[in-house]
Amino acid sequence: MTAVLEPRTGTGPATPPSRPSRTRARRTSGRAPDGSTYGGWSAVLVRVVMIALCLLFLLPLYWMVASSLETNEEMATYPPTWWPAVPQLGNYVDAVNTFPFWTMFANSVIITIATVVFSVVSNFLVAYGFACVDWPGRDKLFYVVLGTLFLPFPVTLIPMFDLFANLGWVNTYLPLIVPHLFASAFYTFLLRQFLLQVPKDMLDAARVDGAGEWRIAWRLVFPSALPAITAVAIFSAVAAWNDFLGPLVYLQDTNVQTLSVGLQYFRSTQTEDLQYNQLMAASVLVVVPLVVLFFVFQRYFLRGISLGGFK
Amino acid sequence: MTTQAATTRDRTAPPRRATDDVAPSSPSRTRRRPRPRMSTAERRRLRTGLLFISPWIVGVLAFVVYPLVYSFVISLTRYSGMQTPSFVGFQNYVAAFTDPLVRTSTGNTLFYAGLAVPLGLVVAVVLALCMNRNVREVAVYRAALYVPSLVPAFALAFIFAVFVNPQFGLVSRLLALTGRQNVDLLQDPTTAKIVIVTMAQLGAGNAALIFLAGLRNIPTTLYEAARVDGAGRWKQFTSITLPLLSPAILFNLITGISGALQVFTEAYVLTNGKGDPDNGTLFYMLYLYKNAFSYASLGYASALAVLLFLAGMILSLVVYVASRRLVHYDVAAG
Repeated sequence: MTAVLEPRTGTGPATPPSRPSRTRARRTSGRAPDGSTYGGWSAVLVRVVMIALCLLFLLPLYWMVASSLETNEEMATYPPTWWPAVPQLGNYVDAVNTFPFWTMFANSVIITIATVVFSVVSNFLVAYGFACVDWPGRDKLFYVVLGTLFLPFPVTLIPMFDLFANLGWVNTYLPLIVPHLFASAFYTFLLRQFLLQVPKDMLDAARVDGAGEWRIAWRLVFPSALPAITAVAIFSAVAAWNDFLGPLVYLQDTNVQTLSVGLQYFRSTQTEDLQYNQLMAASVLVVVPLVVLFFVFQRYFLRGISLGGFK
Repeated sequence: MTTQAATTRDRTAPPRRATDDVAPSSPSRTRRRPRPRMSTAERRRLRTGLLFISPWIVGVLAFVVYPLVYSFVISLTRYSGMQTPSFVGFQNYVAAFTDPLVRTSTGNTLFYAGLAVPLGLVVAVVLALCMNRNVREVAVYRAALYVPSLVPAFALAFIFAVFVNPQFGLVSRLLALTGRQNVDLLQDPTTAKIVIVTMAQLGAGNAALIFLAGLRNIPTTLYEAARVDGAGRWKQFTSITLPLLSPAILFNLITGISGALQVFTEAYVLTNGKGDPDNGTLFYMLYLYKNAFSYASLGYASALAVLLFLAGMILSLVVYVASRRLVHYDVAAG
């Protein structure tokens, strides 16, 4: 009861810093929200509903894969073909050969990797500064970080374009990767929440031993923050790979173009006789790396946000 | 009571002073207001701290403050990106308020936001509840429901272009069963927008993860107590789950509104950047983009951007203030 009256930024004195949240998360993981289990018909019904929902969500992906393997005739048959009689792998070869797929693929990979490296380094350093070093005014300034969390992106689009155009950066990777050197509110926030859980004693012990902050940050804190850092890495990788507006604005030349806008280019080159099966094949090739990433790092995807103690 | 509430309270809330400090008891009280001079150690820590956050400081100046100021300045000029901008006062703003396409695109965006935001919250909560079920194969559900969120908007747009294709699309075929032949949903301004709203629901997985994290923070003891008191499942959901999810709902609501106001890629890809049919998918952001990069009126586009920025900020603030009474940050409040 008394807790209601407390400001939400405080933590009760009896609570050791944040550890309970993690143990709690583990203890309740896999539980239904009400901690109950279902039996008999109720269990069957819940499963049927959930499976139906999953199928509905996977249908577009399934349709993309199936159509990418069909002939144009099969796509147009009635009733719809659920799986091609003979999978047309040739669609993939044709799709890759109709537009500079591999160049664009390489561009996407380079931009994504650079984005991930820059994001991890910059957000880690900033989060360390906000979580592990105790300096006057720190928490007040963090409110400013939170304030920029909801800043609408469009307002920065034109000034940034103008700036990068004047720097001669249009048609280079720079406008898409350099901004990531300067941290972003959401990832900083996520990492900071995680770094706050690093025991203060450990940091102080290292300082007493004469370790410099830089060394403590990279040798001590970075390894222990790897789960959260992985989460930041994969979220920024997905965002960079899927970015459409950025490449659309900054990369006009097909030599530097990414797959996101490349696919649109592929489609617009075939205005009269659009080969939908090839378009689907090219889309599959764009999505596959993401799905692989997901299955490799599954638990970081699903835990990433709760790692930061998000509630 | 206090302890329990404290451990489960909202961690999205800004700085938790008490946990940051070495001192175990409320540091806000030990730090006196009329601060004497900083000690050498304090000054050194300040320097170290600022050094670590310096990338963010540079970033905020270069990518937040500068663009905001510059947008406003440019919005007062006529500027094509080539010659020097010429000052025109508030002419661009006057033009924006009388431009019929601004009205159309604002209407389209509000139509989209009005449908996509509430629907998105409901879908995300449902997904989170599924992802949190106590069944053996829950990992499969989590993967199946999250993976579609990874598919980029442009690829989804292609898939939906196939779905609603009047000749062979699955959706058109289903509509044909109801007696309507060769319907092209993308040729009608309203249904075209509904297609885009539907498409956006596949991306609900990210918001669902935030809800999932919230669900896992609800102590099971609350549900046990409620069951002892004879509360049914629905009652438990409305009296425990929803109130305790309210911080996550607020977060997803604000990000949802902000995202909906910026809807762009789906419409751009589906209509090849045109906003067809009959400007039915000409969303505000698409119109802004066209002004800036197709018509080279950067001044006018900047005015549109400033207006969008103000609208987004005001809307977020209104939601935040209005939600204050409804959002529970404490278990004890539930």
